[in-house]
Amino acid sequence: MPSAIVNEYFRTKKLPQIWCPGCGHGIITRAITVALDKSNLNRDKICIVSGIGCSSRATGYLDFDTLHTTHGRAIAFATGIKLAKPELTVIVITGDGDCTAIGGNHLIHACRRNIDITAIVFNNNIYGMTGGQYSPTTPKYDKGTTAPYGNIDKSFDIPGLAAAAGATYVARATAYHANLLISLIQKGINNKGFSLIEAISDCPTYYGRKNKKGDAVDMLEWQKKYAINVTAASKMPPESLKGKFIIGEFKNTTEPEYTDEYQKIIDNIGKE
Amino acid sequence: MKNKELLMQGNEACVEGALVAGMRFFAGYPITPSTEIAELSSEKLPLVGGKFIQMEDEIASMAATIGASLTGLKSMTATSGPGFSLKQENIGYAAIAEVPCVIVDVQRGGPSTGLPTSPSQGDIMQSKWGTHGDHPIIVVAPASVRETFDLTIKAFNFSETYRTPVIILLDEVIGHMREKIELPDISKIDIVNRKKPLVNKEDYLPFKADEDLVPPMADYGEGYRFHVTGLVHDETGFPSNNPDVSDKLIRRLDAKIEKNKDKIVEWEEKNTNDAEIIILSIGCVSRASNAAMKIMRNKGIKVGTFRPITVWPFPEKRLEELSQKVKAIIVAEMNLGQMALEVERISKCMTRIEKVNKVNGEIITPDEIIAKIKEVL
Repeated sequence: MPSAIVNEYFRTKKLPQIWCPGCGHGIITRAITVALDKSNLNRDKICIVSGIGCSSRATGYLDFDTLHTTHGRAIAFATGIKLAKPELTVIVITGDGDCTAIGGNHLIHACRRNIDITAIVFNNNIYGMTGGQYSPTTPKYDKGTTAPYGNIDKSFDIPGLAAAAGATYVARATAYHANLLISLIQKGINNKGFSLIEAISDCPTYYGRKNKKGDAVDMLEWQKKYAINVTAASKMPPESLKGKFIIGEFKNTTEPEYTDEYQKIIDNIGKE
Repeated sequence: MKNKELLMQGNEACVEGALVAGMRFFAGYPITPSTEIAELSSEKLPLVGGKFIQMEDEIASMAATIGASLTGLKSMTATSGPGFSLKQENIGYAAIAEVPCVIVDVQRGGPSTGLPTSPSQGDIMQSKWGTHGDHPIIVVAPASVRETFDLTIKAFNFSETYRTPVIILLDEVIGHMREKIELPDISKIDIVNRKKPLVNKEDYLPFKADEDLVPPMADYGEGYRFHVTGLVHDETGFPSNNPDVSDKLIRRLDAKIEKNKDKIVEWEEKNTNDAEIIILSIGCVSRASNAAMKIMRNKGIKVGTFRPITVWPFPEKRLEELSQKVKAIIVAEMNLGQMALEVERISKCMTRIEKVNKVNGEIITPDEIIAKIKEVL
């Protein structure tokens, strides 16, 4: 039986979803609906936009106005939606390849504009939909079907990238840390500006199998074991952080928001 | 009362027409020779409560244009050559997702960076086939500043009527040329707005077409909670791999333009009644064609001109009729013969087809057309 949340916010007729058994994307998608539920918004004024890839199929299952766009372009479509109708709450669902490879330019410019969009990046460290090619977040020397000898690219730190580009709310959690993820997404939605929440997912089918990470449970255990909360991490010596990754809220600031700034132009024209 | 006379550039007339048509959103990226369209939109849109945004690239500006249209705003973008290539990805999206939008392509010399400040008509085939897959498209090609104004309004009307991307194929000459124009009485211009759903929200099928093959369109934020995807989808809007669904969708998208062709296709012909030779051209070249015709007519040579105003769909029926009665059709175009291919196909060897082509960034002159007429005689 689907839970009350699933019944309320999912297009249950479209279930079961296409993701592989053990994929973390279901947990993250549910987290988004819980965060929306807690945010107490007008359901009809929420628009969820996605790109192309495993994560981006989530929009089809969510009972809102939803837009499944072209590869990498979700944030650019979302920018048009938000600027055209600022009263909408605009959420972007994207993946590591979609958001930081083909869509990298759109990401950094949306951060720079601080337009009020909340992007949730489902990071499974691989191109899953196409069968396991290395992505911008595949760890160095890990394998993918296009990195049979190991990936020599350095991987992106997505929150670091977003924060540097000007996003005003930046955070990271994992599928394992689902409750933390919910609260971070909720804060991102509440932030008046561009928010990016990286959600570490797990791909047992491709990334896990190629890199001998065990099954889905092992991969979630890994998230539990190696994640350090940002507050705890700040008190730890750098050497003890080796091999770990940090979760929590990295940036939470207030800056003028893009559509507000544009509205000021419209409002001020008559006054000059 | 006489309307006000104005001195205006083609690119300016495009923005003026767009505003009259109801454009309230423009996303663009700077590129010669279309930049004035973005500049003017940035100035004029906030005056009417509309929105302008300069996106990070051409792909993004096409995407934002589509996104804005989905919220109900009439949206446009403008570009040229290399930018037009980049926009193709999302033009295909607008075609399959049936999102009304207008794309201006002020043609310049190509391929690639080519001749940024020189005119060309090298995008005729790209405007039809630029994005992958079979898809509907309407392309209009103005030949004067005033016509740019009129056709921009028509482009918006077509895009709203048929839920399809419409391309305005300008060229650098028409885009940058200044002419004295008299704008029509705005209150008498027909403005079309997209058809809205009349059913209950829970019964709304976003891709169920009416008899005219066009589905009514809800706006995001109105409570219809519908899904839009670039994947092949059924009437509900959700993706499907069913071969029948795919076949039905792709054929309907094509048919919604094909079957309404008579309402869309437009052309201009001059002195074709008794013509032995017809010069066929679009955009800036048609001005040289008319000049060549005048010179030849003064010498008693029966020359006429034919100008497709909608390049796609092409004015096929009329051209076929004319092909049966003229000695030759001279296709003059600033490319290596893109439109001539279409003319050859339509005329079915019923007449002689001759070509005047130029790809050096300079406009075809009346003399060059006359030289070809003399060859044919």
